[in-house]
Formats: sequence, C-alpha cells, structure tokens
Amino acid sequence: MSAHADVLIIGAGPAGLSAALAAASDGAHVVLLDDNPLPGGQIWRDGVQAKVPAQARQLRDAVDNHASIQRHAGTRVVARAGASALLVEDAERGWVISYRALVLCTGARELLLPFPGWTLPGVTGAGGLQALIKGGLPVAGERIVVAGSGPLLLASAGTAKHNGAQVVRIAEQAALGAVAAFALQLPRWPHKLLQSFSLFDPRYRSGTRIIAALGTDRLEGVRLQRGNSVEELECDRLACGFGLIANVQLAQALGCALGNNAVQVDAWQATSVSGIYAAGECTGFGGSELALVEGCIAGHVAAGNRQAAQRLWPGRRRWQRFADALNMHFVLDPALKHLAEPDTLLCRCEDVPYAAVAAHTSWREAKLATRCGMGACQGRICGAATQYLFDWQPVAPRPPFGPTRIDTLMQLEGSTQSGH
Amino acid sequence: MPDLHLDGRPLSVAPGTTVAAALALGSDGSARTSVSGERRAPLCGMGICQECRVTIDGLRRLACQTLCRDGMHVETRP
Amino acid sequence: MNPTRVADVIVIGAGIIGAACARELARRGQQVLVIDAGLHGATAAGMGHLLVLDDNQAELDISRYSVRRWRELGPQLPDDCAYRNNGTLWLAANEQELAAAEAKSVNLRAEGIRCEMVPGHALQGIEPILRDGLHGALRLPDDGILYAPNTARWMLDDARVTQRRARVTELDGNRVRLDDGEWLSADAVVLANGIQAVDLCPELPIVPKKGHLLITDRYPHPVTHTITELSYLTSVHNTSGASVACNIQPRPTGQLFIGTSRQFDNLDPEVDGWLLARMLKHAASYAPGLAQLNGIRAWAGFRAATPDGMPLIGEHPAQPGLWLAVGHEGLGVTAAPGTADLLAALLFNEAEPLPAAAYSPRRYLGHSGEPAHA
Repeated sequence: MSAHADVLIIGAGPAGLSAALAAASDGAHVVLLDDNPLPGGQIWRDGVQAKVPAQARQLRDAVDNHASIQRHAGTRVVARAGASALLVEDAERGWVISYRALVLCTGARELLLPFPGWTLPGVTGAGGLQALIKGGLPVAGERIVVAGSGPLLLASAGTAKHNGAQVVRIAEQAALGAVAAFALQLPRWPHKLLQSFSLFDPRYRSGTRIIAALGTDRLEGVRLQRGNSVEELECDRLACGFGLIANVQLAQALGCALGNNAVQVDAWQATSVSGIYAAGECTGFGGSELALVEGCIAGHVAAGNRQAAQRLWPGRRRWQRFADALNMHFVLDPALKHLAEPDTLLCRCEDVPYAAVAAHTSWREAKLATRCGMGACQGRICGAATQYLFDWQPVAPRPPFGPTRIDTLMQLEGSTQSGH
Repeated sequence: MPDLHLDGRPLSVAPGTTVAAALALGSDGSARTSVSGERRAPLCGMGICQECRVTIDGLRRLACQTLCRDGMHVETRP
Repeated sequence: MNPTRVADVIVIGAGIIGAACARELARRGQQVLVIDAGLHGATAAGMGHLLVLDDNQAELDISRYSVRRWRELGPQLPDDCAYRNNGTLWLAANEQELAAAEAKSVNLRAEGIRCEMVPGHALQGIEPILRDGLHGALRLPDDGILYAPNTARWMLDDARVTQRRARVTELDGNRVRLDDGEWLSADAVVLANGIQAVDLCPELPIVPKKGHLLITDRYPHPVTHTITELSYLTSVHNTSGASVACNIQPRPTGQLFIGTSRQFDNLDPEVDGWLLARMLKHAASYAPGLAQLNGIRAWAGFRAATPDGMPLIGEHPAQPGLWLAVGHEGLGVTAAPGTADLLAALLFNEAEPLPAAAYSPRRYLGHSGEPAHA
C-alpha cells in the first residue's frame, strides 16, 4: 500500500494544523500525520478530560473539512523509504507515503532527569501528568507535588487542580529572581489555566528541587530541598519535568542540520535539506502563536507560494520577540546533575544504574558496555539525560525510528537502494 | 461506553479514555514489569518513554497513545 | 625512527580476536599492549553466535576447537557477557535440505560433535515459533551465544594487559607507528583489527562483507535455540551480490535477534531498508509469528572476508615480527579461542592445537609476501 502527497506534514499540533491549511489553500494535496489518537499536539491535546480552546477546535475542524487534506491519526514515521518517501505505521498497517515537500512539526518533549525513586509508579513528567489527565487519568482527591522547572509546572498544576486533585506543592528549582522575571511576562502567556496558580501562592516555592521520590511499590511521598533545608511531603503523585527539548530525531535522521539542539531553519522555514521544512517547537520554543505562524509560512513555501509566506514574516517577528523574552529564565541548577545516586537507574528501558553509565566517557562506549540506550525508547529519555549530565553527544538515529512491527518494516522491500 | 478487559478483569470507561488512564481506573496504574522486576507506570504521557508498553489483543502498543475500544484485551503481565 | 619498546607483544585491535589473543599471551606471562582506535568493528555489531560449521575441514577444525574452549570458559564469564549454551537448530525446508542435514549429522558425529536429527513433526514441540511443514532439523546442543563486546572487555581485564586508545598508521614488522608520529616496538606485533587491516597491509585479501541485524522488544516467547537454515551455508560463501539467510537468536533478555544478510561492495554503515525488509521476510517465512513483533533497533556491520572464508593466522611472510589474526568473516566470535591458542603456539614454536596450514597467510601472500593470486 502506498500513497502520495504534494505536501506531507508530520505532527498535528498548532504548527502542523496551520501548515496543512496553508498548503491546502495553495492547492496542494496534503497528508497530515500525528502519532496521538487526536490532533492538537501537546498544548492543544484533546481527550475525555481535556478542554480544547475554541481556536484549536476551529483549526481542527477546518482541517477535517478540507477536501485536499488527508489526516491520519495514531500514525508514526518509522523509516525513510526512498529519496522522498517515508514508511509509516498505525495500529493496523504500515505503508509508504511519497512526497514532493515535507514539513516537520514534531514539537518538543520534556527533559526527564534521574533522581532516587523516579521509576516508582506515581511519578510522571509534568507535561506527562497533564497529558495523562487529559486522556482520562483520575486524579480527584489525590495529593500531587509538581516539581522540576519551567512554565509547564504551572500548566500541569492547573490541569491537576481543575480535575479535582489537591496540589500540595509546586517546586520550581530556579531561583526567585528568575521566576519573578518570568512572572512579568505572565499576562501574555496564552494558557488560561495558568491563572489558577499565582506565583505568590504559598504552595509555589522557587529555589526548591526534588531530591527523592519515596515509596516501596508506588509513590508515597517526596523529599524536597531548598537551600539547606530538606522537607518530606506525603503525596500520591509527583509530576516532575525539567523543561523542554525539541524532538529532532526525525529531522536528524533525514540529514537536517541542527543548531542549539533544535532543527535549523531559514526565513522560509526551510531546513538544510532541499524539500524539507520545519516549524513549531522543534525549531525552538516559542508557544502556540509562534508555531501557528511558522506552520503557515512552512505550508505556503512547501506548496510553492512564497508570496503568501513572505507576508507572514512581520507576524512571525512579533511572536518571535515575545518568545525570546520568555525563554531565558529557567536555567537548570548544576546541582541537578548530582541528584542520582550510584544505584539510581539512568536507563529505564534496560535498567542500567547511574554508576554503570558514568564509568564511561562517551555515549557510544556506555551504550556498548552497559546497553544503556539500546532499549525501546532508543535513548530518547536516557540520551537526553546523559547529554545534560555528562555533555555526551547523542548519535544520529537509525531506522526504525521507534518500535515498529516487523511486517511494517517488510514494506521497505520496494524502496530504492539509496535513501539519501 | 467502551467495555474492555484489563488483565482478565472487565472494565467500563468513558469514550475517549486512553488505555493509560484505564490502567489507573481498573488497576494500580502500572503498565509493565521492567527488566529488573519493577512495576512501571506511564511516565511521559506522549509516546516517547515506552514505559506504558502493554499488550493489546496480542500486539505490543503504547497505552498513552491508544484509546480504549469495546472488546479490547489489555495485558500488563504477558 | 627510534621506537620505544613498550611491551612484549603489541596487539592492534581490542575486538574479540585481539582480546582473546591478548588474554592468551598474558596467561603465558607476556606483557601485552592492546592498541585500539575506538572504531568498534564486527565485535560490536555481530550476533555473538558460537557455532560449529563443517563446510570444510579447516572451518570444522577451528570452530569445533573453539566452541569446546568457550564451553570451558563460559561458566567463568560474568553475567553481562550473557553466555548461554542454548544450541543451534539447522532447519531443513525440503527433502534436499533434509538429506544434507542427515549427511551433515553423519559427518559431525564422526568428528566427535554431538548432534541429533529432529523430525519435522517434532519441531513445533521444541520451537513453537516455527511454521508448519518444515521437513526436519539438525540440532547441535553444544553451540552457544554470548555478548561479545563485554566478553572482549572481560578478556582484556588482566594485570598484564594495558590498553591504549590510538590509531596505528604504519607497520614495520615488530614496530608500529601511531597517528601522533610515535614509533613503538615489541618482540611481536599482532594485527587483529578486522576490516581495518587492509589500511595497514593493503596486500591482505580482505574485503568487508556488510551484514544487517534487527533486535525485537522483549516478549515472553519460548524460543530456545539459535534457529538457522541449511541454505545459510550457500549464502555464506557467495562472492558477490546481496543475500539473506534466516537466523533467529533468543537473547537471555527475552528479545530476539533476527538476521542475517550479506553484501559486497558496500562500505556504507547505514541500514539498507530494502535488504532489511528482505531479511525480515525471509526469517518470517520460517517463523510467521515474527511479523507481529516489534523491532526496536536495526543496524549494519562489516565482516572481514577472505576469498576462501578462512582467517589469516600466522606470521606475515614479508614482515618478520608481524603476526596476523584477521579475516574471520562471520565466525570471529566463535573462532577467537582457537585463533588465540594457535597464534600463541606459532609465536612460541609449540605444538599446534589445530592444523595451521589452512589459515596460513602464505596461502595468499606467498613466501615473499607478495599476493599469490592477482
């Protein structure tokens, strides 16, 4: 089974939805893929306990009503299948999609760092908890501690509170000064739920970091440190993330140049590879408004309409300025590099402890000797952690780009010999 | 209302509920047993960490990216 | 040049062959310096299958000897070497292959190797993953598997073995030059760096033979043996083109390794999707249930292949003091103990543990070191 698109778009968050509409408005036949069951990406994630903003709903409806846009949910890219073709799979089948232009809107994920107890059931990412709640995770009456770093902590706490949880603490590792500087930008931050939590709420503590998750078979409490004082709190869930990292694996696998750990793009949202564009958080963090305009530009350029794209440059500049103002504040304290104890697991897929990994001097050596990074997540969690902890550079990903059914991989048999 | 089976026990959930949420609604929330025997539950919620790998109707899938459907058989201890 | 004497023996290459040689030399009281450029060759990429192959006498001799030595060593290896004595099952898909299996079993038994024929109707009883309709199989229970990178590291962990990360750029008998210009010397130099050997000795008839592997997620399936096909033997000795053969290995983790493929004239380390697909299809034709499993990683590696498929073990005829231990094709992990023991015996003029002639570098390099065949 194979298909063809004029413009193939990976990711149906704000950037991808916007790119799809722009390209379709220029007459392109668009195929839009997303690996989640519903479109919206992270910020507009839909689900049984989600509240999707009106603007998001409008964009989704416009996409689904457009005759030249074909959207596939629950679909992920697993390999190149030729110079301009990708092998994809969903729950039922795998197939090859060829394209004239490709737009990568793969978004961002959270930086998750190891600390004692982080593998206990009950510990999730901060954005992770938000995503799980939107998908129906029951949290009513549960005591929740949100920890780590970044504006996502507030959004996560807001979603939890809105669904009946008792947020007992929000522990932001950044110092008060950094948080205050961020607070000045708050009124513009688009997420309504942020207003549920004022930064002057006594449950919000700056300069406070998680040092352990406590419990035997499941989370029962946390230990937090602020300055020299250590506090233990009982809780049912810990939502802990240390900021965002761009999802660049697919771009990297396709040969796109990276800069600052994000996909490098020019004014046309073009990557270093001809015919491949990128937009949204995967090119650098900036929030949904910036993602929308970047996606729009990328969609137009991918469909050959540079005029329409260029008209959007002033809008992009405006949102980029706001994004730049937001981005600087949540620097990670070097103490976070020392949270893990020797027996704290660093690679969760292969259960490799911190001490075993730290004994090596490069990602490749550590991988071969300990099997860290050889598991199902392909080093996305532990590789990002070791990049932060030890400055190890991860290597370019190989296909399959995620766990993939073998019968899907069999469909590569017809692909051209040189995929580059 | 999707009616499914979780580790052999029947469970009804609201339409649009993910299998990850169903794990908590119908059981202790855990999805799998790790290499060293620890129970693990969903972590990243967005299809990256692979902690929520479960077996659904014989296939290995991610619970956080799968919606519950009528008649599904979900196993966390295959 | 004024070389610095740094050891009794310098070994170039810290893969399974270099490691085994270093260990054997250290055992004999030699101070060994192992120099490795950090390129991670076939040892890091391969399946770690320990098997007896009897396509010809030389192959049988070295594999039989080595598999026995692995069985002695196995119990000493730490857990992370994942040594298992799980046996190999050679599948016969038709009457000709079954007849070949029977002939093989007669030959192997005559050579002292334990084996038994498994009738077609009994196959699913011992390996439920196999499809209906196979004609039978030959089972070699003494074959095994291990995780080669950690086994090599364990072998190098010896008080008399020092390791150095450096690239050798020039060889001159018992002297080597590093990329920083420094010359080192020892009583002997052992070249054990696989496909990189031709960078230092272009006269060696070694070509890279690319192979692919895939590993699955963990499943509670009861695969026990390393499962392979008798037509594998035809694939090994192709000298051109691309071929695949069924090879399914159960890892102690509950994952399955699925291989194998062979390509010539391809130095690209990237996975060739079309050949990976063909390889997987072929394996699934023996074990249909593979299709529903998730593959989590795929990679490619390069075997060091000589024209006759046998390694070069012995002194370089034109460079006294330089000893070769290269060209093991797909049998490197298996043949490491035999290679090390034979090399040491040749170095110290002792009784050869196996007939050395079939592995002699002179068969290609002549007595003066020039290639004997154009």
